[in-house]
Amino acid sequence: MVSEIPNLYPALPEILLALAGMALLMLGVFHKTDGSRLIGNLGAAVMIVAAVLVVVFGGARQVTFNGLFVTDSFAVYAKLMVLISSAVTLLLAVKWLEQENIIRFEFPILIVFAALGMCAMISANDFLALYLGLETQSLALYLVAAFQRDTVRSTEAGLKYFVLGALASGVLLYGVSLVYGFAGSTNFDVLARSFAAGEPVSPGVVVGLVFIICALAFKCSAVPFHMWTPDVYEGAPTPVTAFFSVAPKVAALALFLRVMISPFGDLLAQWQQVIIAISILSMLVGGFAAIVQTNIKRLMAYSSIGHVGYALIGLAVGNQAGVSAVLIYLAIYLLMNIGTFAVILSMRANGRMVEGIGDLAGLSKNRPIMAAAIAVMMFSMAGVPPFAGFFGKFFIFKAAVDAGLVPLAVVGVLTSVVAAFYYLRIIKVVYFDDPADQFEPMPTHARFVLGVTSVAVVIFFLFPLPQVLVAAGNAAKALFGA
Amino acid sequence: MSNWPLLSIITFLPLVGVAFILMIRGDAAIVARNSRNVALLTSSATFVMSLFLWFGFSRGTADFQFVEQADWLPGTGISYHMGVDGISVLFVLLSTFLTPICVLAGWSSITNRVKEYMIAFMVLETMMVGMFCALDFMLFYIFFEGVLVPMFILIGVWGGPRRIYAAFKFFLYTLAGSLLMLVALLYMYFQAGTTDIPTLLHHAFAPTAQMWLFLALFASFAVKVPMWPVHTWLPDAHVEAPTAASVILAGVLLKMGAYGFVRFSVPMLPQASADFTPIVFGLSVVAVIYTSLVALVQEDMKKLIAYSSVAHMGFVTIGIFTLTPQGISGALFQMLSHGVVAGALFLCVGVIYDRLHTREISRYGGLVHRMPKYATVFMLFMMASVGLPGTSGFVGELLVILGAFQVNTWVAALMATGLIFGAAYMLFLYRRIIFGKLEKEDVKAMQDMTGREVLMFAPLVVLVLWMGLYPMPFLDIMSVSVDNLIANFETARAAADAATALVALN
Repeated sequence: MVSEIPNLYPALPEILLALAGMALLMLGVFHKTDGSRLIGNLGAAVMIVAAVLVVVFGGARQVTFNGLFVTDSFAVYAKLMVLISSAVTLLLAVKWLEQENIIRFEFPILIVFAALGMCAMISANDFLALYLGLETQSLALYLVAAFQRDTVRSTEAGLKYFVLGALASGVLLYGVSLVYGFAGSTNFDVLARSFAAGEPVSPGVVVGLVFIICALAFKCSAVPFHMWTPDVYEGAPTPVTAFFSVAPKVAALALFLRVMISPFGDLLAQWQQVIIAISILSMLVGGFAAIVQTNIKRLMAYSSIGHVGYALIGLAVGNQAGVSAVLIYLAIYLLMNIGTFAVILSMRANGRMVEGIGDLAGLSKNRPIMAAAIAVMMFSMAGVPPFAGFFGKFFIFKAAVDAGLVPLAVVGVLTSVVAAFYYLRIIKVVYFDDPADQFEPMPTHARFVLGVTSVAVVIFFLFPLPQVLVAAGNAAKALFGA
Repeated sequence: MSNWPLLSIITFLPLVGVAFILMIRGDAAIVARNSRNVALLTSSATFVMSLFLWFGFSRGTADFQFVEQADWLPGTGISYHMGVDGISVLFVLLSTFLTPICVLAGWSSITNRVKEYMIAFMVLETMMVGMFCALDFMLFYIFFEGVLVPMFILIGVWGGPRRIYAAFKFFLYTLAGSLLMLVALLYMYFQAGTTDIPTLLHHAFAPTAQMWLFLALFASFAVKVPMWPVHTWLPDAHVEAPTAASVILAGVLLKMGAYGFVRFSVPMLPQASADFTPIVFGLSVVAVIYTSLVALVQEDMKKLIAYSSVAHMGFVTIGIFTLTPQGISGALFQMLSHGVVAGALFLCVGVIYDRLHTREISRYGGLVHRMPKYATVFMLFMMASVGLPGTSGFVGELLVILGAFQVNTWVAALMATGLIFGAAYMLFLYRRIIFGKLEKEDVKAMQDMTGREVLMFAPLVVLVLWMGLYPMPFLDIMSVSVDNLIANFETARAAADAATALVALN
């Protein structure tokens, strides 16, 4: 039987990324001088082009490759976040790695492949496609985590991430095989139809589902599967940490949403408590453990764990409003994290990079604009209005209250007071403490990124919040329309 | 004039000032001088604009006036909705009135980072005014919380030795309370389908829900007022904050909590408000008596005034929850009066602090010999704080006691005891600072008030006497709204009672 060529249009962005990744690899190998910067810029450009393709060919729901691959408004929304944040962090990273003399042309290429994997994850409509995407992404991430080959911290981070990541992948596969065995398919649509009947599900499916949740919780570093996060964040080169904290996190959460809602949406009663528990634990650990950190990268690791906890409230709600709230939250989270890392990537004093929180002391005297931007980011992360972070939390809590999960919202509220403490501590160090060593001026790239993100965080309520609201609403609708 | 977005202009004009301040370039002295000038100019212009409210406000209606509405968040029903009624309009004026005075207060005492200081004040003014004008609960919340940001910076950067502790305590206490209010907001939004305040005012919430909502709102407003026993952030914040920040803190920020009670708790949750009245009375009476006693033994001037603020705000909460026209008008009047008087007292402390750099009461003494002008001004505000007839403090306290007397004689009697303590600690403070022998060398060298300081106090003196001698304009502007509030409250109570009676019959 000769099969027809599947409809390639929905997967055009992914195809572009794959081809461009390989082409850039060839370019890198055969380029006479070191072409890392060129490849870095090209890689970012490719991701932006891919983002344009996502918008142009996305929109209405299309399924292709025999049901393995799907694009819909949800995929468009998530891919846009992933591609844009990858491109921005890539540009910041190349600059930084050049400065530190550890740039190699493979770095941008790995990021491009990681982006490919993430897009494939987001568009997965079948557990096989999901696994392929997830592993493409993960393999690239293991490598970039260990990119600073001659430092122990970086190699340790890479190895730790690899070992634990492989374990999580194994757990995922085990869960998937259980689901396949008890429900008879790996396709999301087929699974959804079989659960929609409302018959009691076999315990095997539920066990499989729990394994899948564990693996996905690992990928988005939710407690109790977060152990790798602080070590990897601290050990990996800073631009890699910046990258880790945005694009893969967004992709993992988007995947989490799709898997929970699309095939297992009708089993809400089975998985809701699990997600609630994970969410509460993440908020607690993210809040309390961050208080004692002195390294800003570690602090950001715990902060991201906390943020995942808030986002998971929206998933625990399990309805359209909840998903839409998560998507809004992720967009805002992205903005704040990119801005914060633009600062962390520019923490350079006396010719070397520093990453202690104490090194920021008195920044407001030496670099007032940079200090103001950090303050804005931290207030926003703490969820103080009128900054963007508040609106993320607002819609999450709103979804929870509307769905009757008031206690969950109250826990979220109380942990965000705890979290506010350590965000304020950074502001305190920046504004109230006596100056430490003066930082060197920020590189132009970083300055531009920080400027754009902090202005966006401040005026978010005017623009683009209304637009984001509409887009996230459509994306969530697409997920439930299936 | 009538079709101008007056409230938006008043709210956001200070931000225009911020934009100008940000554009100032040059060496430090020029930047500092220009920042001060721009801040003073903007805040004065804002005050002048807000006078249009005073003259344009029609006193015969309880409706919201100067209303503006614009779409904001699509699909959520949350809109940009501004307006004032007789209850809020005076607080808008209070905020715009105090800000230029605060700018003057920091004129020479703030020497480092003047630019940032003035920016923080301008942002603070926007947040305060916006909060009193907001007619959407979400908008209100944003301004209510937004106040924390500039205040945190003001206390933390320009504060005293324990400023960091004080700033954190202030921020976290208030944030914890506010976030619980956020949950209540979300629940009310969910129940009523809107965050529009005029609509929420007429929405009947279920009695059990009312109880929880009341507690959540109470957590936020009680911290802000502050009520005993969650008042402990206030003395710390006041002592460490720079003078002008203390003025705003006492003058406006404390009013935000009480305003919250009048705007949200009482009209939206009438049943719960009635049920919780004994608890509010209890806490307030404790506040009045206990904090007055604590104030008696303070060694630090600012701490003493801070505790007196807690006591005076106890009067306000009692007044509100008497749910009588006299009580509520008295509470609102007392809020205004306390805003002016406590602000002025902090300025008085600031004047001598700027000269001797200590707030310890025992370091002073005999100031009347060297600083007669200062002694006079201080005496006036001290008397106003005590509630001497002829000053603004008297009117509010009298009305509140009248209201309380109708509801509960014991509460009225205990409050009156608090008044006596109030007189005791204020007179004691005055005696120790102003009278006595002029012995200390450095105190002998102190100069009387400068022209700038006189200018700063003049409007406050006028206002205190005006409000004390001829309070009618102020009471007039609020009376219709207060009557309307009580009427709606009674109707809601009657409806709820009828519903329960019906259930009982069936």
